[in-house]
Amino acid sequence: MIAIYFKGLIHTLPLFFKGLWITILVSGVSLIAGTALGVICGILRTIRKWGISRLMGFYADYMRGVPFLVHIFIIYFILPEVGIQLDPFPAATIALTVYAGAYISEIVAAGIQSVPKGQMEAATAYGLNPFQRLRYVIFPQAIRVILPPLVGEYVLLVKDSSIVSVIGLTDVTRVGWLTVQRIPEGLMVFGLVGILYFIICYPMIHLSHYLEEKISYESQ
Amino acid sequence: MLEHFSFRVIGQYMPLFLRGLWATCWISGISIFFALLIGIIACGLRLSKGRFLKKIAGIYIESIRSTPLLAQLYFFYFGLPTLHVNLNEVQTGILALALNSGAYIAEIVRAGIVSIPSGQVEAATAYGLNYLQRMRYVILPQALGVTIPALLGQFIVLVKDSSLVSLISVLELTRAGQLMASERFMPAEGFFTVAAFYLLIYYILKYLSNWWQNRLIYMEGH
Repeated sequence: MIAIYFKGLIHTLPLFFKGLWITILVSGVSLIAGTALGVICGILRTIRKWGISRLMGFYADYMRGVPFLVHIFIIYFILPEVGIQLDPFPAATIALTVYAGAYISEIVAAGIQSVPKGQMEAATAYGLNPFQRLRYVIFPQAIRVILPPLVGEYVLLVKDSSIVSVIGLTDVTRVGWLTVQRIPEGLMVFGLVGILYFIICYPMIHLSHYLEEKISYESQ
Repeated sequence: MLEHFSFRVIGQYMPLFLRGLWATCWISGISIFFALLIGIIACGLRLSKGRFLKKIAGIYIESIRSTPLLAQLYFFYFGLPTLHVNLNEVQTGILALALNSGAYIAEIVRAGIVSIPSGQVEAATAYGLNYLQRMRYVILPQALGVTIPALLGQFIVLVKDSSLVSLISVLELTRAGQLMASERFMPAEGFFTVAAFYLLIYYILKYLSNWWQNRLIYMEGH
């Protein structure tokens, strides 16, 4: 029996690779967009004026407090009621982008705040404008603090992308869910799903550890 | 449509939401309890001398951390019946949540133990404290102190993750929102209420975490 199921699983392998491609695509697009959003919000978060920093703080708290599942339901089921109809792919991308953006903004803000205040004052005294100060003084130093947790956050992003399967996007998890209806060998099917995620996430986790060690070694 | 936002229907569904909230709380509570046990054991094995045990703990931690919880949940949900292990949905959910969080807790506890300078242990030994006394008065107070904010952070993640058990039809907070959304066609009312309840839990835990951190700083100052 198991041999027949195994054969069946081999036949559905192309579907799994298609699903893997969707997973990579949806997390890749949200990774880029989320990083951009996170950097902007992280910079805004360090502005202690007009309640901007408090607003960004609430954005981060909201995303930290509300499960991604609820978040994606809100985007997929509630936006149509205000007239914004979204297909599963854009809805998933937007949900992941906004979600990852919040976490990345916290990482970026922490990175910027880790740079000693004197650096900023010295840059101002040199006559650099705010953009130049960020570009040439703050970021080159902050990036060392930002990079390791940022890569860690990307791992979370890939893993969270499995949840977009609930709105019908056929990523790896959804392919597994569909397959298990015909091949009732849950361990085998979801073992394969796990292996596919493992191939993406494991190297990224190690990259994050490597960066962390390298940076703490350099700063000694 | 948002001008038709109906607080009346939310009120009607409040008993269901409160049941869901209660289920979310106790499922998370039991899961974090088992996760702590699993995490401390896994961490102990990882720091142990036995190469085989070390390897097993390493494989467990790495494979959990590299795969999504949803895949793990489906793995147990669809996989355990084929092994003739019959758990109901709630038990399967708790199993998946506890195993998942256990791997992260193992890393948190390890970081806490590693963070204590070896000089502390040496000084305590020089003071004539035995192993238990060293643990009780020197190592654990420091290790636990620094890990508790991280553990509370992990608990926040666990509460959020527990929403996924709604996908294997366990009635908890998210499921309550889904039910209201589908029965009354009111996704906004359903999911915003759910989000509000989750935020409430989040702010309570965050407050506790901050309070503990301030206490730590205060204790260090004295």
